[in-house]
Amino acid sequence: MEKKKFNILDHELVPEHIVLSKEEAEEVLKKFNIKPEQLPKILTTDPVVKAIGAKKGDIIKVIRRSKTALKSVVYRLVVEESEISPARDVSMEIFGEE
Amino acid sequence: MAKSTLSKEDVLKKIAKYVKKKKYFLPPGVQEEMAEWIVKEKLFDKIEEFVDKTFEQYRRNMIEPAEACGIVAAQSIGEPGTQMTMRTFHYAGVAEINVTLGLPRLIEIVDARSTPSTPMMTIYLEGAYRVNAEMAQKIANKIEMTRLQDIADLRLDIENIVIYVDIDEKSITRRDIKREDIIDKIKKIKKVKVEEEDGSLKVIPEEPSYKGLLILAENLKKLKIKGIDGIERVIIRNEPGEGYVIYTEGSNLEEVLQIEGVDSRRTRTNDIQSVARVLGIEAARNMIIEEAHNTLMEQGLHVDIRHIMLVADIMTVDGTVRAIGRHGVSGEKSSVLSRAAFEITVNHLLRAARKGEVDELKGVAENIIVGQPITVGTGAIKLAMGGRRK
Repeated sequence: MEKKKFNILDHELVPEHIVLSKEEAEEVLKKFNIKPEQLPKILTTDPVVKAIGAKKGDIIKVIRRSKTALKSVVYRLVVEESEISPARDVSMEIFGEE
Repeated sequence: MAKSTLSKEDVLKKIAKYVKKKKYFLPPGVQEEMAEWIVKEKLFDKIEEFVDKTFEQYRRNMIEPAEACGIVAAQSIGEPGTQMTMRTFHYAGVAEINVTLGLPRLIEIVDARSTPSTPMMTIYLEGAYRVNAEMAQKIANKIEMTRLQDIADLRLDIENIVIYVDIDEKSITRRDIKREDIIDKIKKIKKVKVEEEDGSLKVIPEEPSYKGLLILAENLKKLKIKGIDGIERVIIRNEPGEGYVIYTEGSNLEEVLQIEGVDSRRTRTNDIQSVARVLGIEAARNMIIEEAHNTLMEQGLHVDIRHIMLVADIMTVDGTVRAIGRHGVSGEKSSVLSRAAFEITVNHLLRAARKGEVDELKGVAENIIVGQPITVGTGAIKLAMGGRRK
């Protein structure tokens, strides 16, 4: 079967992602008075991260098309999958399944 | 004052300038709406006043700091949820395809299941494929998964330990499959010989055994001849104003987007996890909002989209789609007491005791347990007396 190349960034579900420069990132952190870890995360394995070539530790600016505000800007920190806490499942640990 | 008329764009610019000057914050949507009103009501000389008043209203309607917005969202979605039809399981959806709707679907969305119970895709087409029925059919043929049992009859000859495959010529021409392709596919099965005999295919296992023959027959029936894994059935519909659209039972976003002629910008699936995998976490967030909102709207329940947005935000904060509930958001809270208050209390407490976990008493549930004011609303604000003077 012939394969077609498609760009996921063109899909209507995918909002615009922009990698911030060091200075811009600094500015954002200053504006909200937070540390980078306090931002929402995006994985290095995320297809959009791969497509725009962002690296671990980068801050990505996401311009969402919002139904309420038309446009809203959020930021996400690029992290590796191992950095996020895995789902804790204690139900099986001691007494077996509930 | 001179009668001046300004275009919407000019008004927008003026608004933006004034908003910046006054250091207001107004979302672009509100600014847009203001501009529309100003143009409509010809309030060109009162723009500044208008913006001031709007900002005042906007500020009043903003959620207050430390407000328990999560609880408000939970109640706002939960209450209409009680009115949803419990058993809309196999409700007729688009065309003849059954789609899970109502409460089961809503639960599925917030549970972040790896696959929905009724996966479905809406495939939009590009260019000529949109208007030409034959071309649309071609794509549909390419996508629909065809198994051997769909295009041929199997006869078991137990005496001679062979299986005869009678190919239905009509259905293979309709599905655009060549006879040779089928033979090739069968030959790829290990330890099998294929011969042609009186127009049917004779499949001979190399090691003849009765049990082996039955297993082989099962494998043959399920042998994939053509199509994309997971797409069980396709339906083509001519939508007014759109042209041909393909609806499928079963979903495989990765593969379908690569098919020539498929509009890879608009094609949708209801499988949120696969959207996260293929299009990223932000797309998954959009999907959660859209699907949850549509599920509620379809039942005639109006829930403010902001509540759903909050749910979608919390489900996607850490870059993966997590469920609301024991295995997801609630199970990952940092506070032991908070987790213990939710479900399976004893397990959490025992585990915490064994590991020597510390509870910082920062959340709501844990403070209720120990009998302190909760850190919500006015309780979230701390006052320090007698600070150093400047």
